[in-house]
Parts: sequence; C-alpha cells; structure tokens
Amino acid sequence: MTNSIIHILLALTMPPLLLGVIGKTKAAFAGRVGAPFLQPYYDIIRLLRKGSVFSTTTSWVFRAGPIVALATTAVAALLIPFGAHQSPISFDGDMILYAYLFALGRFFTMAAALDTGSSFEGMGSAREATFSCLAEPTLFFALITLSRLSGSYSLSGMLINISFGVWLNTGAALLLLVCGMFIVLLAENCRIPFDDPNTHLELTMIHEVMVLDHSGPALAIIQYGAALKLFVLGAFFVHLALPYATGNSLIDWGLFVISMLELAVVIGMVESAMARLRLVRVPQLLVAAAILAAFSTLLVIR
Amino acid sequence: MAQELVAASTLIFAATLLAALSGAPLLVPGLLSVSRGQLLATVLMLAASALGLIGAAVALISGSSEIFQLAWALPFGPAEIGIDPLSAWFLIPIFLITGCAALYARTYWHAGHYPHNVRKMTFFFGVMTAGMSAVVLARDGISFLFAWEIMALASYFLITTEDEKPEVNAAGTLYMITTHTGTLGLFALFPLLNLLSGSWLFPAAGSLTASSPLAAAVYLIALFGFGMKAGIMPLHIWLPSAHANAPSHVSAVMSGVILKVGVYGIVRTLSFFNAVPLWWGCSVLALGGVSGVVGVAFAIGQHDLKRLLAYHSIENIGIIFMGLGVALVGQATGSPAMMLLGMSGALLHVLNHALFKALLFLGAGSVIHATGTREMDLMGGAARRLPYTALLFGVGAVAICGLPPLNGFVSELLIYLGFFQGIQGTGGAAAAAAALAAPALALVGGLAVACFVKVYGIVFLGSPRAERHEASHEAGWPMLLPMLLLGSICLVIGLAPSLVAGPLGRVSLTVLPLLVTTAGLPLQELAPLEMITIAGALLLALISLVTFWYRRRLAGTVCSENVTWGCGYQRPAPRIQYSASSFAGMLTSLFAFVLKPQSHPPEIAAGIFPDRSRFSSHVPEAVLELVYIPALKRLYARFSGVRKLQNGILQQYVLYSLVTLVVLLAVSYF
Repeated sequence: MTNSIIHILLALTMPPLLLGVIGKTKAAFAGRVGAPFLQPYYDIIRLLRKGSVFSTTTSWVFRAGPIVALATTAVAALLIPFGAHQSPISFDGDMILYAYLFALGRFFTMAAALDTGSSFEGMGSAREATFSCLAEPTLFFALITLSRLSGSYSLSGMLINISFGVWLNTGAALLLLVCGMFIVLLAENCRIPFDDPNTHLELTMIHEVMVLDHSGPALAIIQYGAALKLFVLGAFFVHLALPYATGNSLIDWGLFVISMLELAVVIGMVESAMARLRLVRVPQLLVAAAILAAFSTLLVIR
Repeated sequence: MAQELVAASTLIFAATLLAALSGAPLLVPGLLSVSRGQLLATVLMLAASALGLIGAAVALISGSSEIFQLAWALPFGPAEIGIDPLSAWFLIPIFLITGCAALYARTYWHAGHYPHNVRKMTFFFGVMTAGMSAVVLARDGISFLFAWEIMALASYFLITTEDEKPEVNAAGTLYMITTHTGTLGLFALFPLLNLLSGSWLFPAAGSLTASSPLAAAVYLIALFGFGMKAGIMPLHIWLPSAHANAPSHVSAVMSGVILKVGVYGIVRTLSFFNAVPLWWGCSVLALGGVSGVVGVAFAIGQHDLKRLLAYHSIENIGIIFMGLGVALVGQATGSPAMMLLGMSGALLHVLNHALFKALLFLGAGSVIHATGTREMDLMGGAARRLPYTALLFGVGAVAICGLPPLNGFVSELLIYLGFFQGIQGTGGAAAAAAALAAPALALVGGLAVACFVKVYGIVFLGSPRAERHEASHEAGWPMLLPMLLLGSICLVIGLAPSLVAGPLGRVSLTVLPLLVTTAGLPLQELAPLEMITIAGALLLALISLVTFWYRRRLAGTVCSENVTWGCGYQRPAPRIQYSASSFAGMLTSLFAFVLKPQSHPPEIAAGIFPDRSRFSSHVPEAVLELVYIPALKRLYARFSGVRKLQNGILQQYVLYSLVTLVVLLAVSYF
C-alpha cells in the first residue's frame, strides 16, 4: 500500500523534473548556466493560468485530444513497475494494455491535430502515425524476450526479474534490447535525433507541430502528459539498463529516482552530441531498432 | 433442457423462413406499392432477427446441441440440419447485423428514391439472410452446398443493385467468378470428406485423424474454398470492388457477416480433425499475418471510403486467422491454453468485427448520403453537420483499431495471450512462430491506428474540401438507431468481457473437443477479463475527471476564438488541408514494394507563369492487376483452342451432358 502511494506520488510529481535535468545537461554542454531544474513546473503553472484561443474549425475532438492522451498515459503509469516495486495494477497481459493505451492516446492526439484543418498539423500527424507504427514491433519483440526470460505474463513480473545475474547469463540479448529500446524511447518521446522539441521550423517538426493550436490549460496538459510519457517509458527502459535492487524498500525507491535522473542526463548528452536526423532517415533507424530487438528475441527463443 | 432447445431451434428455423419470405410480397405484381412492400419487408426482417437472436442466445446459454433429419429425397443419403454452440455463435452476427441493416435500408435506400431496384434488393436481402443462416445450420455436404449457393447468388444480386452502372457490373462479375471458383473448391471438398468419413453427413468433432495425405488435401481445399469467401490474402481480389459498389447496408452485411460464413466453414472443417500437424497451424498463422499486414497497408493507400473499409475487412480476417493459427499450433504442440485463447480470441473477433465493421459501413453510408461522394479527398468537416454519426463512427474507428476500452481490444488481447503462451512453451517451432506473429499483430495495430486517424480526420474533422460535397444533413433515426445499438454493444463487450466468456468457452469446447479431456481451464483463469473491466473503468473515470477539471479551468480563464494558426500564411483555404493521400504518403512509400502506388505528377510549364495542371495518385489492387490478370491472360492465350467446345449452341451443351452421363455410367459399370 505504501509502495503504491509512493508510486502514484512519484508519477504525479516527478516527470517535469526529467525535462529540467535534460535542459540543464544540454546547457552545461553548451557552456551556459541554463534554466533552473524546476523550470518545466513553472512553465506548466504559468500555462494553467493563461487564457485559451480555439480555432473556429475545431470540434470536441480537438479538446478531447490532450485529455485522452494524459488519461491513457496516467493509466499506463499505474501498470509499469517503478524500480524493484510491483506496480499498483498488475495482471496477466497488462503489457498489451500498456502498449495499446499509448496507441489510444496517440489516436486522439493525431485526430485533434487534423481537427484544426492546418496542413502543418496534418504533416505532424502523418509523421507521428508513420513513425509510431514502426516503433510498435520493437516494443513487442522486447516484451517477448522479457516474457521468455522471466516466465511471466505481466509487466511487473517481466521487468523486476531483470537483474545483474540475468545480465551475466543473457547479456547479448539484453544489450541488443537496450539499444533497440533506447531508440524507441527517443523516438516515442520526440527527442533528438528524431524530433527537436525546441525547434521553431514547423516543416520539420513532429510532436510540437501537432499541438501548434493548443493553448493555455490544454497546452499545460499536453506538456505534463509528454513529461509523464517520458517518465513511464523511461521507467521501462531503466529496468533493462540499470537493474539495481537491494531488497530494502526505501533504498530501492532512492535508487529508482537516481536511475531516472541518470537516464535524463544520458538523454541530455545524446541531444547535445547529435543533430536531428533527416526525416527520410527516421524510418530506417526505427526498422534498425526492430531488427536489433528481433535478434534479441531469436537469441532467447532458440 | 431438451424442451428449451427445441424452442431455440424452432425460433431459429422460423426466423430463417421469415427472412427468406420477407421480400416475397414485393414480387407479386400489384399486391403492394413499393414503399409499403419495403416497410412490410423491414418489419418482417426485424421480427426475423429478433426471433433468431433469441433462439441463438438460448442455444448458446444452454450449450447443448441438437440435430434434425430432413425428409430429403435426393440420392445422397440423409440430410441433416442442426444447432450447436458454434452455429449459434455465428447466428448472432448473422441476425443482428441483417436486422440493423434492414432497418437502416428503409431510410437509406428508400423506395421513393430508388423505385426501380428496391424490389430486387429487398427480396434478395431476405434470401441472403436465410441462406447464411442455412449454411451454419447445415450438417451435411449437400444441404451445405445448396445453402452456400443461395447465399452466394443472392449476394451477387445485392452487389449489382445498381446494375445500370458499368463499375457495379464489373464488380459483380468479378465477385461471381471468384465465388464460383471458391465453390468449385467446395465441390471437391465434400467428396474428399466423404472418402475420409464414409458419409455425406458432417463427421463429429475431432473424429478424423489429420495425419493422412487425404486429410491434408481436405485442409488445403477448405482453405482455398472458404478462404476465397472469407477474403484472405491473396484470394481477396473480389472484395474491395464488391464492397465499394454495393449499397452501404449491403456492404455492412457482406463485410460483417458473409466473410464470417467463410470463417465458419474453415472452423467447422478444422473441428472434424484431431492431432493436426504443426504445419497446418503455422500456415494459417502465416496466412493471417500476411493478410493482416498487407490488408491494412492497402487500406492506408485508399482514398475511396468504402474501398478502404473493405481492405480493413481483409486485415481483420487476417487477425481472426492468426487466432485460429494459435489454436491449431496449440493443438499440435499439446497446449490447451494456446488452443483455448487462440480459438476464443478468433471467435470473439468474428463477433467484434461484425459489430464495428457494420457500424463503420453504416456510418460511411450516412456520410456518403450526406456528401454525395465516396471520395475522401472531397469530404471534410462532416462532424459539424452529422454530430451523432461522427460520434458513432468514432466509436467504430477506435474499436476496429483494437484500442481499449472497446471490444476490439478484448479479442486481440486473447490472441496476444495465446502468442505469449506459445512463447513460454517448450516447443521450439511453436515458440518461434508465436514470437514472429506477435510483432506482426502489433504492426497491424499500429497501421490500423494510422489508417483510422486518417479516415476520421479527413472525413469528419477540419473543414469541407469541396463546396459541392459539403455534408448537408444528419442521418434520420432509422439510420442512427442501428448504429447506436452496434456502438453500445462494442462498448459493453469492451468494458465487461466476462459477459461473453461463458458462451465463448462453450463454443471453443465444441470446436476443440480435445479441451474437454484436459478440462478445468475456464477462459476467466487464463485471461484477466475482470481486470479489463477495472482498467477500462479507471480509464473512463480518469478521462471524465480531467475533462471536468479542464472545463472548470476554462470557465475561470479568458477564452476566445480565431482562425487556425497558418504559420504566417495570410490566405489559407480549405484545399490546402492535408488530404487522405498526403496523410498516407509516407506509409505508402514505405510499403511501395507491395502496394505499387501509381502517381501522375504534373508537367511544370516552362513559361513565367505556372499553367493549370493536374496531379493524381492511386494505389491499385496490385494482386489482381499485376498477378492474376496477366497470368489469366497468358492462360487464355494458351488454351483458346479449348473454347471451341463452348460455341453457344444449347443443343450441343445438352449433348455434352448426355455424353458425360454415358461415360460415367460406363465407368461405374466396369
């Protein structure tokens, strides 16, 4: 029960901090002081107080987009275990629900973008549709590998099972999986090299261009939802790459928070070191990720 | 119990008879005006569907089976019809969808607007319904073929309702050729079964061994004959044009139910066998995977709304086949969990696809009615004028993508769980097949989301692209009511799948009698059905909570309206919106190796000012146009000599029959 409460509290409060850490890391690499760690919180609170402008073309779908995206990500956050702790909701087959919840959120985000009738937002929506369905098989190859390794049918069982001992036995498969899932993590969260959250050229954007017309509280919901999505997908990834566990509940929560922050620093480093890919290269990288994950599946299935 | 069952079968037979006769009064000259006849037929069809649904539900709940012998004077031995849980399960979509479609047709294809073809359409609609019902009731090869042909021919006349249009006729002819090619397979199937079992009656479930070469031949021929009707890739060629050119409520029935009758044929045939070899399961799984991925890839490239939906039927049949494949692989490797999950996933998807595909076709019909075109690139902003249709179509779109909290998710989850059971199992080949199939199903899901965002966004959202095709009016209640019913069932199954778990388990047991011996495996223990309810309720609660909070927030801040942000462009027009083709552009180019998209780029004039020019792009039915037609042309050239036999003189044809009979007599004599 305590663990569930900590889980929910962390999911509610911590996500924007990751964005702050990423920003600070990028600033450090560029030799700047950078915005404070808590800047994303300030941004969200400021947006909540602002008024909204709605396009005359839009219908209820436009307003539903951010809401459904946030709600689906929040339910997914309850399915994924944080660190060595069971997730609050866990059952056989919850990994399928996890994957399909994100698809539901994406459905409404993309539909909301098309609702504005803007060709730029249509472009963003089409790109999101294309890239996300290429990312889907990678996740499923990863789930198959994890399910086979752990003998479990639920996310908690699959992910908590990973330990340094498992790494010693099936290091090759897990290494391939870490590479594949890191690519998917960056792509799904629209980070460099797939998308640049800070760009101002609508022609090249993906996620940011889909939400061009949202303003005020809706934009705050979108930004918070995006941070939560990074947090949830990051928690999945951290299990694979940094499977620390001590057995002490409190220390494990500390370790989880530290590894999430480490992940944010790594994402910041990647963003500082790389340029955005040309859009035509993105599918190739995503297919490469799927192939890496497929190799890892073959290694454990044989 | 026995008395209950008699009542159930009586209800179903009465419903079948009522449906068959529903359009008959229209054919009697001078008896009724067209409009009154249509009204009477609609009422009769609704009564038939109510009776049939009650009968099927009673039979499903009681879970036992009954067989009746017909007084049938043909030289093929006894003819039987019967009802068991499998038949009852398929009767539910048959009577539900046809009832909905009949009510819809009364407004959509009203006698006042189509006086010249309403008689034909209404009559054959009833006949087709009765034909489908008879197919699933038949218990011997001969009655089955009779029913099958009645269904196939009636649907030909329904596809060609508007037979004055050349493209409708072409679609009908293609359908006629392919359906009879499939029937040819069935003509071979039943004699082979007769050789195996020694009777024209259907053998009992699990009574034939699958190891003989003859069994393999039966399996392959069934896959061909029934696969043609089900529209499995690469036998799907008739499906897109037939579904696009039939009236929308007929498309709803064809896509929702007739394809499922093909699936029924395969399931029934497979149920005869025990100890199926692994390659049966693997081949069904592979066919399903190919149909799923390629079907949805073709769908993405379409810009005709109904053609697009037709390709999605191919995709969903693929998903059903993947479920059947899991069940067969489970049977071959001795995994009852895989068998139960795969079979119940496939069977639930049969019902689910009937529900949401019929909903989508009826919704598409309303939009086409209101805009006067099937071309998505001319539509846009239909949600403003058709708010209820837009909402219900949205429910169907989310459901067909397999997204929670609707019904498509439940059946896909069962199939996925079957895959994961296979992955955990010890069988190397089974694990590998399941490990490849799960990501394929995930890819299908992702592509379906892309495709339905496109449909919903282009047709219902944004602003109208062409003034001439601006949506004019919301559909009337007889059109909305069936859609509302179908949409609500989608939601109920999605939120409370435990309701269908009992019947599903019983149906799976009739198909896979092996499960009985390894009993003690209720579906609820293998699949987290009550957790789906909790998660779905949680999701809906969170959505309502955030919505409530957001509305409160909006009330507290300044809200204003303005035009869409055009990124600085001063003269935006509806036509610069992203179109169906541009949305799909990236995906069609990724799948260009199968889709073979064609585009005709404009010529850029050399002068100072650009000239008027045109651009068009199109994804053809590549399998038909690039594989079948060239191959058939070559075949035609090679065998044109044989055509001398077909000279159009009736007397000679009668002579051929006589000669054949004499030869057969001689053969049987020696």
